Amino acid sequence: MSKIGVFVCHCGENISATVDCAKVAETAGKYDGVTFSIDYKYMCSDPGQSIIKNAIKEKGLTGVVVASCSPRMHEPTFRKACAEAGLNPYMCEMANLREHCSWVHEKDDATTEKAIDLVRILVEKVKRNQSLDAIKVPVTKTALVIGGGIAGIQASLDIANSGHKVILIEKDPSIGGHMSQLSETFPTLDCSQCILTPRMVEVAQHPNITLYTYAELESLEGFIGNFKAKIRRKSKSIDEKLCTGCGMCTTKCPNKKIPSEFNEGLGTRTAIYVPFPQAVPNKPVIDRIHCTYYTKGKCRICEKVCPTQAIRFDQEDQIVETEVGAVVLATGFTVKQTDFFPEYGYGKYSDIITGLQFERLASASGPTLGEIRRPSDGKIPEKIVFVACAGSRDQAKGIPYCSKICCMYIAKHAMLYQHKVPGGKSYVFYMDIRAGGKMYEEFVRRAIEDDGVNYVRGRISRIYEKNGKLIVNGADTLLNAMPVEIEADMVVLATAGVANEGAEELAQKLHVSYDSYHFFAEAHPKLKPVETNTAGIFLAGACQSPRDIPESVAMASGAAAKVAGLFSQDELTREPLIAVVNRQAAPVYSSCVGCFLCVSACPYQAIEKEEFKNRTGEVIKTVAKVNPGLCQGCGTCVAFCRTKSIDIQGYTHEQMYSEVMALLNEY
Amino acid sequence: MTLGFYPGCSLKGSSREYAESVLAIAKAFDIDIEEINDWNCCGSTAAHNLNKELSLALPARILSLAEKQGFKEIVVPCAACYSRLTVTQYELSKNPKLKNAVTETNDLEYNGSVDVLNIIQMLNKYVTPDLEGRVVKPFDHKVACYYGCYLIRPHEILNFDREEDPRSMDEIMLKAGATPIEWAFKTECCGAGLSVSRTSSVGRLSGNIIRDAKDRGAEAVIVACPMCHSNLDMRRDSINSFLGEKVDIPVLYVTQVLGLAAGLDRKTLGLHRHFVNVTV
Repeated sequence: MSKIGVFVCHCGENISATVDCAKVAETAGKYDGVTFSIDYKYMCSDPGQSIIKNAIKEKGLTGVVVASCSPRMHEPTFRKACAEAGLNPYMCEMANLREHCSWVHEKDDATTEKAIDLVRILVEKVKRNQSLDAIKVPVTKTALVIGGGIAGIQASLDIANSGHKVILIEKDPSIGGHMSQLSETFPTLDCSQCILTPRMVEVAQHPNITLYTYAELESLEGFIGNFKAKIRRKSKSIDEKLCTGCGMCTTKCPNKKIPSEFNEGLGTRTAIYVPFPQAVPNKPVIDRIHCTYYTKGKCRICEKVCPTQAIRFDQEDQIVETEVGAVVLATGFTVKQTDFFPEYGYGKYSDIITGLQFERLASASGPTLGEIRRPSDGKIPEKIVFVACAGSRDQAKGIPYCSKICCMYIAKHAMLYQHKVPGGKSYVFYMDIRAGGKMYEEFVRRAIEDDGVNYVRGRISRIYEKNGKLIVNGADTLLNAMPVEIEADMVVLATAGVANEGAEELAQKLHVSYDSYHFFAEAHPKLKPVETNTAGIFLAGACQSPRDIPESVAMASGAAAKVAGLFSQDELTREPLIAVVNRQAAPVYSSCVGCFLCVSACPYQAIEKEEFKNRTGEVIKTVAKVNPGLCQGCGTCVAFCRTKSIDIQGYTHEQMYSEVMALLNEY
Repeated sequence: MTLGFYPGCSLKGSSREYAESVLAIAKAFDIDIEEINDWNCCGSTAAHNLNKELSLALPARILSLAEKQGFKEIVVPCAACYSRLTVTQYELSKNPKLKNAVTETNDLEYNGSVDVLNIIQMLNKYVTPDLEGRVVKPFDHKVACYYGCYLIRPHEILNFDREEDPRSMDEIMLKAGATPIEWAFKTECCGAGLSVSRTSSVGRLSGNIIRDAKDRGAEAVIVACPMCHSNLDMRRDSINSFLGEKVDIPVLYVTQVLGLAAGLDRKTLGLHRHFVNVTV
């Protein structure tokens, strides 16, 4: 005979303002099997929990229904309280009187009636609950970090320094990411490469870090603590063990006119190449799309000049399979290119460039060795226009959000231009200046006041070329929207920061959610900023939304701390709310008939086959069996099973049926 | 199949040479074309500033008449009329309530089954595929194709060509033997809204367009809209006084250029009706 306790919470006035809580408790007390019922102002508070604990002990309760908020909010709280009083935590259920009733209805008798219904069905359910034990799973203490930009580098180093193994994969031939492309960094103007390259080297040399460059994630299966990753190491067409990085091949490669990705198309590279001099690893790869040997079948000059015979034309992609316990996504972002802007010429004017291209022009390691020269004819621009919010904050362009980093880097660009081109005139067209951050506003003021950058508040409607100049048409909204026309030599568009191409595909591969802009979604915008909705997968840097370096680094360290916390446990406990296939005594063994529809239905490959043998070893029946380590409790197999032989623990057919019958007043 | 023809007011008055050239092209290329009977004003400018329902009822009546006459397609050479008719189709397809109200007002059935073609679409469908071999006098000149606003905008509804740097007229010009220039004033405002009320503004706005065309060596400006034409041609005196020089680049309709290239008579194409002498 069940002894159920019903505990009705007022949630301050959240519930009691529209629901008559005392009446709910009183009515519930009359149900068959309910031996105790009470209402209280805050059931989640210490005194509230004590009421539950005392009732369990004193009344010998076998089941508990807490009628309060959503189980997403406080189920762990109340289950813990039950466990502390000696009741199996899975004998506690919650009726959601707040989100499902009081918040969505007016104060009315019908509202209280609905609350009573909600309690009644849970009472019937909990009568049929069974004691369950949490599942323990081991933890593989190796982290997989995807993306070798500053966020991925920071996360890898932090995890590695906490004593755990890290596998860092990067799709490009070198780690470093966008930060390695930058000239100087705001607001201190220190050289980006100078602060980054020591970190890159540290990654390469760290005993706990395995670095795979030119590699991408092929697939990820499993769950927190127990992922199985397949990594595709794209063929570099060289033997890395033999290659000394002498550079002979890259000097002699005759195919020298390929636009350099690292220089954002402003410089060129060879077909066998190291993306930049400080690359880690500093060994070349052959770009098979452009290499003359792969396209025309002839050349092989690199092979002839290589002093260590390290060129391998027939090398194939290699798939590395590995087990990891956690994943940090740090795949970064990209920027819109100039061809995104019809009003600025669809990318047909070579002297209209992106902010990232300007970084390369201003960088000492860039195609102009740090001199600001315009791409069309190499002239030093005497007049330069910077356009903020190019694409960002523009609903018509489908990018309503602020790209966040542009206001600061534009101030830096204009400042660098003024430093490098004395007497030059620079204009910044902006909507608002968003300089929130330590020393950020001061930095912008410095550009305006000390370096004489002309800030004009207004938008640029059109840019076109005339007589070798770029005619920039805009408005000055602080001068009553007066039309402004500037004959500029060069224009820099602060193009919107957007999610990488393929981000959506990667998210689907990892089962993490993404937002409408294809940035990866955090589990909670405020309280779980580095977690994803998939346990064990964390986020760092601009793959979640545009971020600057300090923020990316902070987020990476946050994600690393989460990973280290996870790895501090030897085993993890998981909710036992998983599927089980029914078992009976011989000779039936199970009501399962072995059709194995469930095997094809299961998205987690969690269903196996189990054979029953007689004494002579002959197989007499084959039935389905759920691997509790892999099952996520989604219930798909339950819906597919034709003989109703699978149940989700905690949500069995019997429990669900009793809830429906209770609602129909059949009890 | 007969192609319906909606001339609108301009093509019967100040831009009758546009209508003449459209009909001349139709004749030369064996297009069966017929005017919509009893057509009315498209409501451009005046109506949609005053009353939304009226601004939709007027074009809807034209479309209903076209349906009644059995046309599957109509050509609307005036860009403003084209915009009104297309926007009406769009609005009525989205809003059944409005559609009922408009049908009631007009007391005419409206199904939205007629395809509305602008002049470029009509030419690309019925003329340019046969153009090669029909060009007897290539229009061997540098031309500035000027699209104005209504042919392209609102882009979300018309969904025709690129909104900032359209190409469709340039491509037709290439086929007629002309050399289109690259310029940035293809969709700049000509001042049509102020054509009557503030002619000095027209002089300035259209002046900027004519100046850039001249600076880039254009020998003719090509248009597909009567308002563009009147501003760039009829208002040339105010343009010239704004520019402070006499610029005599002629302004031709796209259909006139095709007619010339196909060897049609200048008078049939109405070239003598322009204010700026057509010397090309």
